[in-house]
Parts: sequence; structure tokens; C-alpha cells
Amino acid sequence: MGFNIYDFTGMTHNMHVSFMEHMSPLMTTIVEWTIIGVCYLLFIALFGLFLVYAERKVCAMFQQRMGPMRVGYWGLLQTIADFIKLLMKELITPKGVDKFLYNLAPFIIMIATFMAMAVLPFAKGLQTLDFDIGVFYVTAVSSIGVIGILIAGWSSNNKYSLIGAMRSGAQILSYELSVSLSLVTMIILAGSMQLSVIVEGQRDAWFIFKGHVPALIAFVIFLIAGTAETNRGPFDLAEAESELTAGFHTEYSGIKFAFFFLAEYINMFIVAAMAVTVFLGGWMPLHFGSLESFNHVMDFIPPLVWFFLKVGGVIFLIMWFKWTFPRLRVDQILTLEWKYLLPINLVNILLMSLVVLTKFHL
Amino acid sequence: MNGLFEYIKTVFKGVGTLLTGMKITGSYFFRPWKHVTQQYPENRETLKMFDRFRGEVIMPHNENNEHLCTGCGICELNCPNGSIEIISMSVLTEDGKKKRAIDKHIYHLGMCTFCNLCVKACPTGAIIMGQEFEHAVWDRTKLTKVLNLPGSKIAQGVKE
Ligand code: SF4
Ligand code: SF4
Repeated sequence: MGFNIYDFTGMTHNMHVSFMEHMSPLMTTIVEWTIIGVCYLLFIALFGLFLVYAERKVCAMFQQRMGPMRVGYWGLLQTIADFIKLLMKELITPKGVDKFLYNLAPFIIMIATFMAMAVLPFAKGLQTLDFDIGVFYVTAVSSIGVIGILIAGWSSNNKYSLIGAMRSGAQILSYELSVSLSLVTMIILAGSMQLSVIVEGQRDAWFIFKGHVPALIAFVIFLIAGTAETNRGPFDLAEAESELTAGFHTEYSGIKFAFFFLAEYINMFIVAAMAVTVFLGGWMPLHFGSLESFNHVMDFIPPLVWFFLKVGGVIFLIMWFKWTFPRLRVDQILTLEWKYLLPINLVNILLMSLVVLTKFHL
Repeated sequence: MNGLFEYIKTVFKGVGTLLTGMKITGSYFFRPWKHVTQQYPENRETLKMFDRFRGEVIMPHNENNEHLCTGCGICELNCPNGSIEIISMSVLTEDGKKKRAIDKHIYHLGMCTFCNLCVKACPTGAIIMGQEFEHAVWDRTKLTKVLNLPGSKIAQGVKE
């Protein structure tokens, strides 16, 4: 079983072959599914916890504080301690809730998150599913999450939850448009919706450089709309601690609350990963046209490292937004989307088509 | 056409103001040595509280064990929650006159809200805010203090 940190295709293929030798095809499928499932579970749990820690630290730094410092070195184990605490909390079901829906909602959100994760290319050959409509698939399944939010708010029998869920619905419905349209802009440039092809297409120049002005505009719009999609500040009026206590997950406790919490952070990761895949070259190293030696040095850094570096950068940007800007009002949110982002986006698509038609790109 | 121009101007202005905000928070983020948080028990030796910090009410005494308190009771009247009790006595001055003086200036630290009103009200400036803040004790009777030291008397020349 050859292990190559630059290309995982061989490794996964060899694993598949050796499984096939020892087991029936059905067993192989089951074993492979289990392995992948466990990997994703571990990744979501650990990376989600890390993101919570990172968020607290970054937030503290922006506010000239230090953040968690006591549990572990520089507070590294803080979120793990918090998570254990959450696991041991009593699961309270308030009076008058719709029991079935109330218990279902956290799972719907988690499932949506898992499904979106499935197509992300982490490195060459490290992609679970490679649909030829990958981009479309991600935008489609990521909007399943809002159903979970709506159900959670509706079934909680709490006015704040309901208001939060409704706001979230209105917001995600509007911003879904901007996300999709900015992705469409890039699909025009890439000429494919398959994520692996999109990444492959950025071997020489990342799309944000290749598509210059329209790509940059699309990137900014995607970041703004993506932040709104994940219900993060400054678009967090679905949770709005100061008005709605915690919005749609007010009534949840213990592990169910942890589900919402983790899903929110993993969704942020998914938005960042999509931004990286479509705009910033995915796991491709940074290449400049003719600088041979520079390109060679960049090739030396493994794709996984590249991927997570870029994702980290985008996540940092999203956190920067959250801890800088005040929360928008409902009408401001809708104005921003319908009066600004959407028209700019449509013009931008036109611009990108012109650029592609006239081959005015790198 | 004019409307379109205005529209584009608002977009750029909006982006500009957002970037200004991000510049400010970014300048905080990238200068971690400016952080204001103190790591308290670790820096206990070097920790210096700032001047306006209100730790507790104290009554300073000079080297002759003299203070400035006349026992007028104004601080007691001004305390919103009754944290101060003034027990005064009368003493005979040299020329045979009776005069009021402080016997016990009782201060209940456990009730004090550190509002600073007593310090503001004191006509002679006999009490000030101290910087000590480690007030934890096992027995709350220890939080009731007598601020004038035993055997102390009022300094010469303090006008009522
Ligand atoms: S600081 Fe305020 S509460 Fe404390 S003793 Fe003085 S007047 Fe009373
Ligand atoms: S401390 Fe000041 S206000 Fe209080 S009794 Fe003494 S002189 Fe009067």
C-alpha cells in the first residue's frame, strides 16, 4: 500500500483492491462506507471543536483579550472540556413541543452538513464523491439545513425560536441566490461543475487570478452571501442573542444543542472550503506562470497542507467579519441582498461571459 | 444615469467604510502585546492597580499615628447602604472645652459597593480608596473593620 502525500489516488485504489481480494463486494462496500463515515465523524468532531477554540481565541484577540487560557496549554483543551460538559447535561424537552420534529431537527441539520462535506476535495484522490454536478449538489444540500432550522424553531413552542427560524428562512432563501449566482460566474470560467475538474483547471493559475475583476467580485459576493448562509455575524439575526436569546435553538440542551453548534461551525468550514475550491485553487499549490523554481518549491508543500492553509485563511476572514461588523437589521439584510448583491451579481455574470468569450483571461 | 452613478457611489462608499472597520479590529489582532487582559495569579508579584481603582475604604495615618477624621459622621450619612458606622466621643481640649472626636470608624467591607460617595463627602479628606483587592476571608466578621487605628488621634490643625 503505497503512501504518497501528494497523490492519494493510488492509496485508496490499493485499499479497495485489497479489500476486494479478502471480502465479498457487498462486504467491501460496507467496510469502505464505515471507514469513510468514521473518518468524517472524527473530522467533524475534532475540527469542529478546534474551530470553536479558534473562534474564541480570534474573537479575544480582536477585542484585545486573551481568550481561554486555563485548560491545557493556552487553553487548548477548553473546548474539549466544554464538550464533555455538554454531553453530561440533561436533555430537557419543554412542555408543548412537537416531540418528533423537535428531536428530528438537529439530525436534519447534521445530515445536511455531512452531505455537503461528501464532495469536498481535500487533496488529489481524497474526495469521497466526485459528481459531475458537484457545485450544484453542494448548493442544493446546503439548503437542506434551513429546513432543520425551520423545524427546530417551529416545533420548540417558543416565540423566540419561531421568530429566529423565520428570519433564518427569509435570509437563507435570499442569499442562496447570491451564492449560486456567484458560483455560476465561476462555472462559466471553469467550464465544468465537477469539483475535481474545477480544481484541475487551476493548475496554472487560481481562478481568482485567472478571472481577475469578475472573479474577484464573485469572490467577495460569495464570502458575504456564504457568511449569511451560515447564519454567522453580522448576519446572525436568526440567533441574535440580545433579542431572541438564541433564536431557533433556545430550547435545546445538551448534545442536541451541541449538534446545532457543531453544525454551525462545520458549515463555516464548508463555505470556506467551497470558496477555496472554486476561487483559490482548492488543494493546488500557488503557481505563477513562468517562475519555474518558485513553482517547484510550492509543489513541494503537500496538497493537504495547502488546502487547510487556504481554508484557514478564509475562515479567519469570515471571523474577522463577525467580530468587526455590527448585526444587520432584517430590512437591511434584505436590502443588501436584493438591491445590491443580486444586481451586481447579474452584471458580473455578464462581465464574466464577455471575459470568457473574448478570452480576456490569463 | 445620475441614479446609477449614485448607486455605484454607495457601493464603493459602503465597501470603504467596512474596510475601515476591519482595519481597526485588524490592528488590534496583529498587535497582541497591546492586550489589556491580566493573567492574575501568575503576575501577582508585579501587578500594580491603576490609580483610580477602588479596592476598599481606608483611613491613612501619619507617622505619629494621627489621622484627619473629626468624627463628624458625614460619611455615614452619605453611604447609600449603611456600610459605615461612626461612634464618636467627646474629649476635653487644653482650654477645657468639650469637643467631639472619633472613637470608632466602623467600616463594613462586606456591604460596601465601592461607590466612592463617602470619600467624596468627607470634609477633611480623612478617608480614601485603597488599592488592596484580595479581600477573601473565611469568616465574614473579619470584613468589619475599624478604620482609625487604636490609640490614634486627630492631627493638629484640622478644621471642622
Ligand atoms: S464606598 Fe460607598 S458603599 Fe462603600 S462605604 Fe463608602 S459610601 Fe458606603
Ligand atoms: S471620615 Fe470624614 S466624613 Fe467620616 S466622620 Fe471622619 S471626618 Fe467625618
